[in-house]
Amino acid sequence: MMDLSVVKKYLREYNASDIHIMEVCGSHTAAIRKLGIQSLLSEHIHLISGPGCPVCVTASSYIDKLLQLARAGKCVVTFGDLIRVMGSTSSLSIEKGRGARVEIVYSPFELVKMAKSEPNTQFIFAAIGFETTTPIYALLLEQLITENIQNVQFLTALKTMPPVIEHLCSLSAPIDGFLAPGHVSVITGSDIFLPIAKRYHLPFGVSGFLGEELLVAIYGIVKAKDKGCVMNFYPTVVQAKGNQKAQECVQKYFVKTDAAWRGMGIISDSGLKIREEYNIYDAGSADLIEDKKSNQACRCDEVLMGKISPIQCPLYKKVCNPLNPQGACMVSSEGSCHAYYTNG
Amino acid sequence: MSKNYVTMAHGSGGLETEKLIDEVFATAFGNEYLSQMEDSTIVCGSHKIALTTDSFVVTPTEFPGGDIGRLCICGTVNDLLMRGAMPKYLTCGFIIEEGASIDSLKTIAQSMGETAREANVLIVAGDTKVVNGKGDIYINTTGVGFIDKEQEELGARRCEQGDCIIVSGKLGEHHAAILSSRMNIENHIQSDCAPLNQMVVALLEEKIQIHAMRDVTRGGLATILKELAVASNKNFIICEDSLPVSDTIKDFCGLLGLDPLYMGNEGKMVAIVSKNHAQRAVEIIQSSSYGHDAAIIGHIENGDGKLLMETSIGGLRNLEVLTGEGLPRIC
Repeated sequence: MMDLSVVKKYLREYNASDIHIMEVCGSHTAAIRKLGIQSLLSEHIHLISGPGCPVCVTASSYIDKLLQLARAGKCVVTFGDLIRVMGSTSSLSIEKGRGARVEIVYSPFELVKMAKSEPNTQFIFAAIGFETTTPIYALLLEQLITENIQNVQFLTALKTMPPVIEHLCSLSAPIDGFLAPGHVSVITGSDIFLPIAKRYHLPFGVSGFLGEELLVAIYGIVKAKDKGCVMNFYPTVVQAKGNQKAQECVQKYFVKTDAAWRGMGIISDSGLKIREEYNIYDAGSADLIEDKKSNQACRCDEVLMGKISPIQCPLYKKVCNPLNPQGACMVSSEGSCHAYYTNG
Repeated sequence: MSKNYVTMAHGSGGLETEKLIDEVFATAFGNEYLSQMEDSTIVCGSHKIALTTDSFVVTPTEFPGGDIGRLCICGTVNDLLMRGAMPKYLTCGFIIEEGASIDSLKTIAQSMGETAREANVLIVAGDTKVVNGKGDIYINTTGVGFIDKEQEELGARRCEQGDCIIVSGKLGEHHAAILSSRMNIENHIQSDCAPLNQMVVALLEEKIQIHAMRDVTRGGLATILKELAVASNKNFIICEDSLPVSDTIKDFCGLLGLDPLYMGNEGKMVAIVSKNHAQRAVEIIQSSSYGHDAAIIGHIENGDGKLLMETSIGGLRNLEVLTGEGLPRIC
């Protein structure tokens, strides 16, 4: 590891042209805010939060479909954060209050137990996430198939990271480098970002989540400005080719598809869906492309693309707060607006 | 329904109710006031009186390091202590769902009795109601404490620039123990649920200049300190490296994306103490039961109600109160 005092001094005193570094991992966003990293950087180094929180990028049509299934008497099973995200007019949390059955789980495998103990209930698993989470869904699907459990279906909104990063680069967004996602890279491998880095002459630094790791990665990115390269600053767990077993497992059950990103529209081949041969396990995930804002003044879309900081949104800390989120970025603790709100 | 389970008849007010009270509660709580079995209890006192009430709905009712019985005594006793009051009398109200096991109820009552004796309080009145449901047990306790008439009232408005912020021990343990139980995670984390009489009595007896005390329960340390900062209109500055958090809890939080600053305890307190008494206060707390890991974690400056933390990496983090649903019911 580099001498941290040298790194800190360099980052504090950096006085060259402004540099914008985007992080595309919700855990990075949360860690940066929690550690007060920005307060250690020169005013010429700007950290911007990109589309790294899976809850935040989920389109309203997906939530609407979940609500429709919940109202039809199915039991919707989800991770906690998703229940508070607004669809076009309601959220799972609101529907739960009206009597719909919505269960929160910490592990998808709790669902297997639930499905076995209630064979007459139809369960819908809200499967959202990036490359990090998809292998778990693949294993869950495998278990359902092996044990012939037929009362569970998935509603998927699975996303992959490289296409959305490429999309942002193609829009000429003001980004000079990426803090590449640590957890995603464990699965995909760091090489996955190399083609984009080369095409757009941008440095990518794969980082861990500790303060030292983040500072060293930011330092590396600043130093490599304008160079198309991928630097792995998280070598203890990230390898160039990633976790190939997990990749194979995902490929066995899922296939690439176009996906809708909240506020950004459809990005081709940026998602995964269940393969056709297993489509009895799909609760109708295709064509969920509509994306309506529940509050027209919400600027989550621009926050997700790094065009504005959360504090530039007119709703931020006024009508929009974690108790009354107007946009998805205020819901999850990994959302940019929530991280700004709770950690100043 | 088996005789080992609570039925609606146990809430009828008749023979079954009497039997339940005799076998479960009177045995565990027995004292001269309760045994009178009158409609209300008359107690004596010539002090200023502190009153508080709290309801306990934790699931599961038994967890590593405690149960709802110990919790419902500690919660109310600690709330009295935090105002500098000596806990004296408690009342308890049980809402019991039909189907609750009488053995569990006995264990809970036993635990309440033992904890009440440890905290030097008497349970002087009680009530039981049985309702339809699936066997859950809820308890309300109300507490009466006595305050010396000469003693200046403790509270946020007395916090001053230069005061030290002391926390009485390691953070997050109760919360992590409950979550581990709920999620079937095997570890050695135990709830820290405990009555804090000994440390508070010692601080008061030694005439330590305490300005405010709060127990670190739901919302965690950050929420409590932010509330004090706002109420006193001062800036509270804490240092991440000084926070007592065990490695096990750090790992547990890292794994689940939790923050020990926002996790509840049930046997820890924060004391705001004048600077020149702070070191002595820490020594007193450290030598009391449940205070071994007490530490000074920060200080107070003039300001406008901010809670700021110097992070381990040297950054500055602005902390707000816990928002949202937090985590499952823990008390």
